[in-house]
Amino acid sequence: MSETRILQKASLDGLFAKLTAAGRRIVAPVRQSATALEQCHAERVEFEEVTTAQKIAADYIQTIRPPKGALFPRYEQMLRFKIGGKEVQAEEIKPEAKPTVLFGLHPCDAASFATLKAVFTWDSGDAYFEPKLAHTTVIGLSCTKGDAYCFCTSVGGGPGDTRGSDILLTPLDATKYLAEILTDKGKAVVALAPELFTPANGQAAPALAKIAPRFAADKLSAKLPALFPKGEIWLEQSLRCIGCGACAYVCPTCSCFDIQDERQRYSGVRLRCWDSCGFGLFTLHASGHNPRPKQSERWRQRVMHKFSYQPERLGVLGCVGCGRCSRSCPTDMNLAQHVQSLAEMPA
Amino acid sequence: MEALQQKARTLLQSGAVKVVIGYTAGSDAERARALFVRNGEQTQQLIWDDRCRQNLAAYLIKPEVRALGKPALVARTATLRTLLQYAVENQLADEAVLALAVADGQVVELPNFAAIEEYLAKQPRGLTPEQQQELAKMEALPLEERWAFWSAELQRCVKCYACRAACPLCYCDRCIVEVNQPQWIPVASDPLGNLEWNVVRAMHLAGRCVDCGSCADACPEKIRLDLLNRVAAQEVLTHFGAEPGYSTRKDYALAAYKPDDKEEFIR
Repeated sequence: MSETRILQKASLDGLFAKLTAAGRRIVAPVRQSATALEQCHAERVEFEEVTTAQKIAADYIQTIRPPKGALFPRYEQMLRFKIGGKEVQAEEIKPEAKPTVLFGLHPCDAASFATLKAVFTWDSGDAYFEPKLAHTTVIGLSCTKGDAYCFCTSVGGGPGDTRGSDILLTPLDATKYLAEILTDKGKAVVALAPELFTPANGQAAPALAKIAPRFAADKLSAKLPALFPKGEIWLEQSLRCIGCGACAYVCPTCSCFDIQDERQRYSGVRLRCWDSCGFGLFTLHASGHNPRPKQSERWRQRVMHKFSYQPERLGVLGCVGCGRCSRSCPTDMNLAQHVQSLAEMPA
Repeated sequence: MEALQQKARTLLQSGAVKVVIGYTAGSDAERARALFVRNGEQTQQLIWDDRCRQNLAAYLIKPEVRALGKPALVARTATLRTLLQYAVENQLADEAVLALAVADGQVVELPNFAAIEEYLAKQPRGLTPEQQQELAKMEALPLEERWAFWSAELQRCVKCYACRAACPLCYCDRCIVEVNQPQWIPVASDPLGNLEWNVVRAMHLAGRCVDCGSCADACPEKIRLDLLNRVAAQEVLTHFGAEPGYSTRKDYALAAYKPDDKEEFIR
């Protein structure tokens, strides 16, 4: 049973000061200021390091980039090497794991960490991911509004879902949050500034965003293997897909990466960078054979991976319903629409 | 809109084309999406308005779309320019595509390159006043501020390559970023890697870009790639007099050698 407290919005700067003093960096959604030549429609909110609450976009619906970069950066150095004569010297680059508080993540983003964790720890573990996860505390923020692209309630989440958060804040009014202290990491944050978390006495249930469920993920997962061989369905859905990686790069749970050696003549670094199953090159073998030569097969892979393979193998869905892929898709591929139509197809 | 739907019906019924590639309503009121119309019923979903911005010529190189058979392509000016640029670059056979230009509620059929050339000759050319103003604003910025602007823009790049996929003139089978023996472009989406990727792409498109804006529309980070390409296009126009996509004449501004080049170093 979680503990419930009240946190005044005016107390955030005090809390942040305590966190900073305790050596934690704070990452939060910040509305990006328009540049001199920005297109007027480009309203952008992104996660970035903050020291005060002033810059935080409290009423944002979704950032463009997901928070996964805090645990799984878009590029990361793994080792450094030198080549001298017949010798190769390699030196491991230890990952940086700064104690971090991710503040203001919506419940979908907080839930995404469970999928990432399942992927990165299922077998041998991951020396780059796990230390960062261990040093990360999530202070989630319930959603009071959503948009047409949100579908968390179809994939087991919700605007006030506590999964993945160490503390979940829910706005009660313009001045205060209801704070649910959910884990030991959450308690450790409260312990830094106990005076700021005051008792909650019978607070009225706050009004959260209304996100109507559009499909049942468990039924869809059960049905997908039967739809796999029906090539025409995947072809029809993906005709307008142009095979870029935007969906994967803005996805909070997409975890595929490519390892590349970036070499000068006699030295270099080994990097891992985000990758996407939407790229033709993703599955291209050195022999020239490509097991997924067509975009429709790559689209099928994306849907199957998120809604069939990951639930089956890892016990978690590969989608949290944040809607980023669909908001960002240059060709208006709408994942929720496509998946809903799969769910509604006769089996 | 009705004229377009009617035209699509006629073309499909007569068998003149197998598919009409056009636009239909998208996920929200501000978005349209590509539609591949193959029967009379689907024609009712075709729309034509300001939302129809994506350059649909990019689909002509997609194998699944090619497999549908001869296409009619709903085209705005930049799309038509793309078709002529494809002709210049030997990427499209004449009469392989039936272009459909929509103007004043009428649909004009443009069955070959000559017809497209003739049609484009009557269209207004050049930048809009807003685009001119924006370029002037950019040029007026001191060098450091301009650098700061582009650094901040390109810093956001995540190398998802949506710009490349959306661009009909980015059709290389193997893009330079995927060549690693040797590695031409740094792989990381760090400041240097982002700068090199975006500048190389802009240079590769200079003298070829038809200013459709699909790169900037596609960018999830809303980086002003259209502006970057427009600056390059203006340079090419100023120094080489080249405006790609208005003619099938092979005149590669940055890839042709001329004995009478005005620059001494190359003569």
